[in-house]
Amino acid sequence: MSNGFKLEIVNPERSFLSKEEVLEVMVPAYEGNMGILKDHISIISFLKPGLVKVFNSGSSEETYYVEDGIIEFKNNCLSILTSNIFDIKKIDKNFVKDALANAEKDTQSSDISDQKKYLLDQKIEVLKSLTLN
Amino acid sequence: MASLDDLKKRISSVKSTQKITKAMKMVAASKLRRAQESAEKGRPYSDKMNNIILNLSNSISDKENSPKLLVGSGEDKVHLCIVMTSDRGLCGGFNTNIIKKAKSYFQKIADSGKILKIITVGSKGYDQLKRTYKENIIEKISFKESKYANYFDADKVGKIIIDKFEKKEFDICTIFYNQFKNVITQIPQEQQIIPLKSNETEGNSLEDNYEFEPEEDEILGNLLPKNVSTQIFKAMLENSASEQGSRMSAMDNATRNAGEMVDKLTIQYNRSRQAAITKELIEIISGAESL
Repeated sequence: MSNGFKLEIVNPERSFLSKEEVLEVMVPAYEGNMGILKDHISIISFLKPGLVKVFNSGSSEETYYVEDGIIEFKNNCLSILTSNIFDIKKIDKNFVKDALANAEKDTQSSDISDQKKYLLDQKIEVLKSLTLN
Repeated sequence: MASLDDLKKRISSVKSTQKITKAMKMVAASKLRRAQESAEKGRPYSDKMNNIILNLSNSISDKENSPKLLVGSGEDKVHLCIVMTSDRGLCGGFNTNIIKKAKSYFQKIADSGKILKIITVGSKGYDQLKRTYKENIIEKISFKESKYANYFDADKVGKIIIDKFEKKEFDICTIFYNQFKNVITQIPQEQQIIPLKSNETEGNSLEDNYEFEPEEDEILGNLLPKNVSTQIFKAMLENSASEQGSRMSAMDNATRNAGEMVDKLTIQYNRSRQAAITKELIEIISGAESL
């Protein structure tokens, strides 16, 4: 038996990525990063800004940056629904800079909720790490 | 009887109209392919979203305290209708069909003494509704600048709706759009999005026991606003495919009609030319005879 499972990433406009066999997926779930392996219990959770890491069977890995989304794992099929996802290999440095500047500006405003602040802080952290490499 | 020159002019004008409609048909056909593709590509997202929400709402035990977007505000007084049409005309009965559907719904609301509010998406809908329902239209949105339906626009509409719901400006929200079936058939749809109608609640996925992280209601609170945008986006995609399909068949008909008209006019032209020649001959002959 293989020890992989199916991964589907969809955004509203199209199916972004579909893989039959992946070994592990790391997702930035709202309450902390989560690694999902085969035969994980059925789960629904949503994502904070962060990096999705996909480990393929051939020990290669891919990383994507997401801003939000929902994940659903069921019957060894992981679906990630997100409106904003980017392959970090192809991501535009200027885009990262803009997003970072926007996020930093947003945190300065005083009338945001704690939850939003938390998400923005996460976003800034991830974006900063992206600008470094 | 029109003179020969007039007929000639008419024929050439019909011919150039035919050229235009033919070109429009071609353009619509190629746009249709793209729109249809993106409508199909967008389906998995909205389907999955629906599924997840169904699963979630099934596993919620405390219906009383679940988010308002799911169960509604508990009242049924103010109806908000989102009428989604195209920004451009010349697409057959596309806009008229939506408006017709929407108007019959408006009538129902008015008859039962409820308050009606309208948001039009797309300028053609506004043009057709402003005569009768001017006071009811609270907002008009149009995306003339964006070439293709995109999620960003849908999200904007979604945010407006959520915002109004949170301010308690309406209780029930329905969207009107055309569902794309095939090039010839588009079905006008009314779909209630707030509160969410769980028409397929007795679904297949009841046996699954999900784990939720964080709690159900927190996920739902996050998910439902997104779902509104997603439904709007789905409607936009269906609409743009329908629009192109409808335009294509309308332009196809127009081209054919123009062809028929050219044929008829040509026959008329030839006959009157022949008549003129005959008349001239008779004049010459009778002139010669009288000598």
